[in-house]
Amino acid sequence: MAFDKMELRDIEVWDGNFAAAQAMRQAQIDVVAAYPITPSTPIVEGYAKFLADGYVEGEFVMVESEHAAMSGCIGAAAAGGRVATATSSQGFALMVETLYQSSGMRLPIVLNVVNRALAAPLNVNGDHSDMYLGRDSGWIQLDAYSPQEAYDLNFIAFKVSEDHDVRLPCMVHQDGFMTSHTAQGVKTFTDDVAYGFVGEYKPMNDMLDLDHPVTHGVQTEEDWHFEHKARQHNDLMTKVMPKIQEVFDAFEELSGRKYNIVEKYDMDDADVAVVCMGTSVETAREVAKEMRADGIKAGVVGIRVLRPYPFAEIIEALKDIKAIAALDRSSPNGAPGMLFNELAGALFNTDSKAALSGYVYGLGGRDLTKAHLVDLYKELQANADAGKVLTPLQQFIGVRGPKLAYL
Amino acid sequence: MSEIKKIKNLKEFSTSADRFEGANLLCPGCAHSIIVREVLNATNDDMILSAATGCLEVCTAVYPYTSWDASWIHIGFENGSTAVAGAEAMHKALKNKGRLKQDRDPKFVSFAGDGASYDIGFQWISGCFERGHDMMHVVLDNEVYANTGGQRSSSTPIGSSATTSPAGRISYGEKQNKKDMLAIMAAHGSPYVAQVAPNKWKNMIKAIQHGFEVEGPVFINAMSACTTEWKFAPEDTIAISDLATDSLVFPLYEIINGEKLNITYRPKNVVPVEEYLAAQGRFKHLFKDQYKYLIKEWQERVDQKWDYLQRREEASV
Repeated sequence: MAFDKMELRDIEVWDGNFAAAQAMRQAQIDVVAAYPITPSTPIVEGYAKFLADGYVEGEFVMVESEHAAMSGCIGAAAAGGRVATATSSQGFALMVETLYQSSGMRLPIVLNVVNRALAAPLNVNGDHSDMYLGRDSGWIQLDAYSPQEAYDLNFIAFKVSEDHDVRLPCMVHQDGFMTSHTAQGVKTFTDDVAYGFVGEYKPMNDMLDLDHPVTHGVQTEEDWHFEHKARQHNDLMTKVMPKIQEVFDAFEELSGRKYNIVEKYDMDDADVAVVCMGTSVETAREVAKEMRADGIKAGVVGIRVLRPYPFAEIIEALKDIKAIAALDRSSPNGAPGMLFNELAGALFNTDSKAALSGYVYGLGGRDLTKAHLVDLYKELQANADAGKVLTPLQQFIGVRGPKLAYL
Repeated sequence: MSEIKKIKNLKEFSTSADRFEGANLLCPGCAHSIIVREVLNATNDDMILSAATGCLEVCTAVYPYTSWDASWIHIGFENGSTAVAGAEAMHKALKNKGRLKQDRDPKFVSFAGDGASYDIGFQWISGCFERGHDMMHVVLDNEVYANTGGQRSSSTPIGSSATTSPAGRISYGEKQNKKDMLAIMAAHGSPYVAQVAPNKWKNMIKAIQHGFEVEGPVFINAMSACTTEWKFAPEDTIAISDLATDSLVFPLYEIINGEKLNITYRPKNVVPVEEYLAAQGRFKHLFKDQYKYLIKEWQERVDQKWDYLQRREEASV
């Protein structure tokens, strides 16, 4: 079967979607079952074109819905081979049932999620609603802030997910449009180096091992269901983070690019910190540097691994911080934001005296500007000086109309 | 090339090696197990199987047990067909890449109830058939959501009392006619669709074996008389099935390549529909004076359908 290697320049100008599609090609996936949806469509289109041009040897199954895409991925993964797909937003929401099924069946699958708002009202732009929807699904969730990271984290995702001690599916998130459609320089691997890092797929409990039939997807009721769920949780809590760290280390050795479970920028001497995800991290990093010129010791913490939740790493990153802002890019719909709650949960039993406040921002692709962050850092400095939160605990940034604040 | 099993008689058939174990939790008298055994016994080839959520699934794979001595997968209610399609795609990929552990071509079969096929899983099946996966989808058609206690599906026949379309003081039960899935699947251009019944086991084996021989997605609608929801004694499963096929309520026929219909079973003595209805509790209320007209209408519908099937067969379309 026709299967050619592709010559890449050392640095290509790729958007996040194409970077992910290239990583999928280089990982030599056996089956991709996919369905297009904005803004992740170009990943699927890119992969289809690689196939049409003879750069992919695996099967590409264009199914009739995202639910079927993940269902096909589950069947293919259980059969015993490398599997991946991509989606966004409504498609992700349609997949949710199968997300729980794939993780509960302990099947390694890589899902590129190009983050986008959830209707209603219908919106094609980036926020983190879909990413948040997936957070209890039993998947590993890695967050890329740039096309380079979308490329790199795909290789890391395969290696973590397919490890026989892990065997859990893994999402690689990137921000819709801001990352997925914004072309930047991406340092590439040759096809051989990329595949060498990901490695041969090693099947386990594969249905296609015809001499050893297996049963996948059994029924358990009150007698065994809890033990299964507890074991999956246990593995997420104890086995996944060390494996991610191990793969991050191996990746750094290969590429020189260092990833951390929690990313810290200007945090060594920081008094105040913003904790956020996605492309906002880069904006916050710029503003933090500028704030230092104004005498505010500002830092940024980026969540790289959302699930499993980096409890210990968060505590470590924020231990000496006086005022913290949790930035949630998803409507909490009647509660504090997820990051706010999870930071509070991590810090509550520590010696941290930090004033913790929450901000909801950027819904449906609304920009988070540097000016917003300047104001925010000033509020944090005031909180730090006062030793308590002077504002309401939850504020909305960048929404029109009267200022919205709660709690 | 598939390895077709040669079966001389029922005794040999019923005692041949099982890949579906008798140790399962299906109701005594359930036709599901008969159908599944007939499908699995039709070939000596390896099999990759799926079951949609439903009676078959909950009764055959309750951790830590399994009744399956062939690779088997269950994901959910609607996506059993796509599970098998994904596995079939993986087989193709690994074969091309020379990475199969055993260089053998298994048969890919998904089992699902009528609810999981006619209703909630309809889109997934349609997608699998449109894409042309080399697989067989077998409907265990008991005309009701039996696993959850007898709710109507779009396969439930008119006049049947189901828990969500119960017969009552002012209702005769289900108001809609059974969906014609065979016609819909034939319209997908499937190389082979057939309606079969486990009581006509030779007929059924022939259909299954034909289905295994052709390439592409094959659709089998197998009548599965349900002792619990149709309300008849467990020992009467085959007798009820005989009434269904011999009254022509459940005619046995096949459609080849979406365009050629053959009737595969012609009862020597056609029995009145009334006898079929009278043998089951789900139609009991139809025998009240106010609803007897429905029995007449039933007979007319069955006659019309039989006439239609014969005309198609005669015209070879």
